[in-house]
Amino acid sequence: MASNPQLRQVYTQWLVEKAAQDPRLFVVEADLMGASGTKPFREAYPERFVDTGVAEANMMGVAAGLANMGKIPFAHSFTPFATRRAFDQVTISIAYADLNVKIGGTDPGVTAELNGGTHMSFEDAGLMRGLANMIVVEPADQVQLLALLPQVFEHEGPVYMRLHRKNTEVFVDEGMPFTLGKIATLRAGTDVTLVCSGLMIPGTLEAARILAGKGISARVLNMHTLKPVDETTLVEAARQTGAMVTVENHSVLNGWGSAVCETLAAFCPVPVLRIGVQDHFGEVGSTDFLLEKYHMTPPYIVEAAQQAIALKAKR
Amino acid sequence: MDPNRIAFLQEKATDIRCLVLESIGKLGVGHIGGSLSIVDALTVLYHEIMRLDPSNPKWEERDRFVLSKGHGGPGVYAVLADKGYFPVEWLDTLNGPDTLLPSHCDRLRTPGIDMTAGSLGQGLSAAAGMALAAKRDGKGVRVYAIIGDGESQEGQVWEAAMFARQYQLDNLTAFTDYNHQQIDGTISEVNELEPLADKWRSFGWNVMEIDGHDIEAIEAAIRLGQKQKGKPSMIILHTIKAKGAYFCEGKTASHNMPISEEQWKTAVQKLRGEE
Repeated sequence: MASNPQLRQVYTQWLVEKAAQDPRLFVVEADLMGASGTKPFREAYPERFVDTGVAEANMMGVAAGLANMGKIPFAHSFTPFATRRAFDQVTISIAYADLNVKIGGTDPGVTAELNGGTHMSFEDAGLMRGLANMIVVEPADQVQLLALLPQVFEHEGPVYMRLHRKNTEVFVDEGMPFTLGKIATLRAGTDVTLVCSGLMIPGTLEAARILAGKGISARVLNMHTLKPVDETTLVEAARQTGAMVTVENHSVLNGWGSAVCETLAAFCPVPVLRIGVQDHFGEVGSTDFLLEKYHMTPPYIVEAAQQAIALKAKR
Repeated sequence: MDPNRIAFLQEKATDIRCLVLESIGKLGVGHIGGSLSIVDALTVLYHEIMRLDPSNPKWEERDRFVLSKGHGGPGVYAVLADKGYFPVEWLDTLNGPDTLLPSHCDRLRTPGIDMTAGSLGQGLSAAAGMALAAKRDGKGVRVYAIIGDGESQEGQVWEAAMFARQYQLDNLTAFTDYNHQQIDGTISEVNELEPLADKWRSFGWNVMEIDGHDIEAIEAAIRLGQKQKGKPSMIILHTIKAKGAYFCEGKTASHNMPISEEQWKTAVQKLRGEE
């Protein structure tokens, strides 16, 4: 069986094809062309490929300058270096200046694997969602990526994309529509809602199947866009199921769990338990090892769902 | 340069200094030092060098200007008002409620401001990105940027310096406002920049050092730099902080200070030779 391409290959192929139609598209790298997978773009469009070397602050400034001249630059680095490393540059030169830069952070959360704690950001999406004008999105697989990338491109303004570059798995159905800023319902359910993103989709779906075996009907929502928050769908799910679990490859502080709680606290308070990184740094390890160590695998999601349902009953 | 033209530009620079003194003076506090030290360079750029259309601030083929030391905004606003980008009366709204003239330059607010800056060290990177885009577009657009001397202690400035040389951005002309003062003291006391010209040369730039208040020298340096192909140019402007404000000229404290009505009015009179 032929294996699927990696997410970065699908991504770059899209950029190359889009660049043929749109001369504004540029790619900007800071010595991680290989990791981002954009070398084919350099070969196809060397005049629109920029490599700043190991200088992420300058990369963000250069991208801002390109955007300021009407270009649409896609700037990439690992998630920690695309965000916290160059945070003030992203804040002032891009977000505050409202320039049309698309930032791609690769290797989100535990997928940094053997690069370990220094390269393993659990705060990147949280940092970026704090910036006015910034959209934050996590396309999980190639189907979702190809649905969302054109929308990211067409949106006039800065966007942060969290990209699991090596992923070859497909989690969602081919042809399923995805709209930037709109939660996708992956599974219907009435007893509890599981809200997930990116890498956590398959584990969350698996947890829903386990719950079904126990007679519990779990709705699974894919909140691929962390910002803006699709409040309508969240509130509707809270009203209809009365309990929630958030599942994220990110710190539970200031990521998906926080965004969900902020929304529900105002419009429909229900018990929300948060699966994710519990306020600690990362370390070397395979994705599977780290997910298990950090209690982010299906059994823990199932347990959290049961706890949330129990809390609902006590209210 | 024609002597009459030089005289005209010198007079323009005086007019603009008076506008800066008046706008910050009426507010009563502001970044007077770094706004006044760059007035001569701004005058030459906006009146002699840059391709502009004040009636069409978004004209795609205009030359671009980035004030990386964004706190010098009041200096740029005075030039822009004088050029007709907006009414001179706007200068009285500096930092007022809902103003279009905030203390640090903001491309979204002010007609004629090409880039947002204020967090130091960032503007040269943006200017380099703009210059690269302009080169790729091939329409002859040039980019100008002014950075501060204290700002040059930011590491990102040197990242941008390497980048601009690597990409042979000969359509980029940068200036250092070398007034030798920063907030905590003189540059030498706080974190020495010397040998500054050698630093820029070693980064592969075409470097010139001139009196930053000499209109003729500024114009000549810009044009000379633009004849050099394949390299960006750095013009180090030896300036006096708060040049033209008798009460704080050359003083460290002029970075951001309160100004009385008497002070700014007297300074304007002195500049006009009325006292």
